[in-house]
Amino acid sequence: MNNSLYIYLLLLGDNSLILGHRLSELCGHGPNLETDIALTNHSLDLYGQVRSYYQYAAEVKGEGTEDSIAFLRNERQYYNVLLIEQPNSDFAHVICRQFLWDAYHLPLMRSLMKSKDDQISAIATKSEKEASYHLRFSSEWMRRLGDGTEESHAKLQAAFDHLYPYSFELFKETEIEKEMKENGIGANLSLIQTEWKKTTESVFEEANLKLPDTPPALTKGKQGIHTEAMGFILAELQYMQRAYPTMEW
Amino acid sequence: MMSKNNEWPIWEVFIRSKNGLEHRHVGSLHAAGEEMALENARDVYTRRQEGVSIWVVESKHIHATNPSEAGELFEPAADKVYRHPTFYDLPEELKHI
Repeated sequence: MNNSLYIYLLLLGDNSLILGHRLSELCGHGPNLETDIALTNHSLDLYGQVRSYYQYAAEVKGEGTEDSIAFLRNERQYYNVLLIEQPNSDFAHVICRQFLWDAYHLPLMRSLMKSKDDQISAIATKSEKEASYHLRFSSEWMRRLGDGTEESHAKLQAAFDHLYPYSFELFKETEIEKEMKENGIGANLSLIQTEWKKTTESVFEEANLKLPDTPPALTKGKQGIHTEAMGFILAELQYMQRAYPTMEW
Repeated sequence: MMSKNNEWPIWEVFIRSKNGLEHRHVGSLHAAGEEMALENARDVYTRRQEGVSIWVVESKHIHATNPSEAGELFEPAADKVYRHPTFYDLPEELKHI
């Protein structure tokens, strides 16, 4: 088995899984009906991507299924970045987290469309359009909240102060990502970062956001070391499979 | 809850299901502006591939006939059968009219 490829697929898929879960928590709790449906649509897009990554990962590993990969790993075996697992504290946090990630996800998909691995390239090609719409949606909301009322701006700035320091982890290359970049399968994160900066800086400006002067937050998510939020997510995500192993419905 | 005055305006949504067909009214939604109305329409009304094009128009811009005037507006057409092109003798060879 190609262990590096397996871990790389988890690095890709776990972000979509955990963000998809976070957005699914909002189902029925969105600020209004239209936004509720929009965020739930995003969640379903992400779950679709997760299935493709995990089905391929199971094939690469030669054991398990997409379900066992999604539901039966322990916390330290999930490799999503810490930004993704941050809670839905308020709508500004939801939008800000989404935007910081969408601005990374779109150029990542565009880069992976050229991957030497045919499966990864196919998944990226399908996901690119979804990522593109997600970025459009979250950018609009960043501008709307940031340039809206005094209250909406203050809430967005507070979310930004909390979440921005986590964005550095997206571009901190792990050994696996380095290896995958060098063999033409993975993306070059420093090029993605250039794209990310271009997209985000103009939106930060239009949203009148002031960059927080706090240092980069912890960056161990990709090694499986998570914040306290992760345990709560997994407790809910995995409950049914842990309580009733191999259940189906 | 938002107060009545703070509610976003209502928009009417029109979707064209296929190229070549016309836009049809499918429903309405709330949105703060035209961009948001288009995005909301996309998310609420085209989730199952219902469309290839969306129009939105703020409901206040639509002027409607008054139901109480239906008599004078529409009933006079009821007995004008000659307005239907049904009084022509068509040649046998014409199949698709």
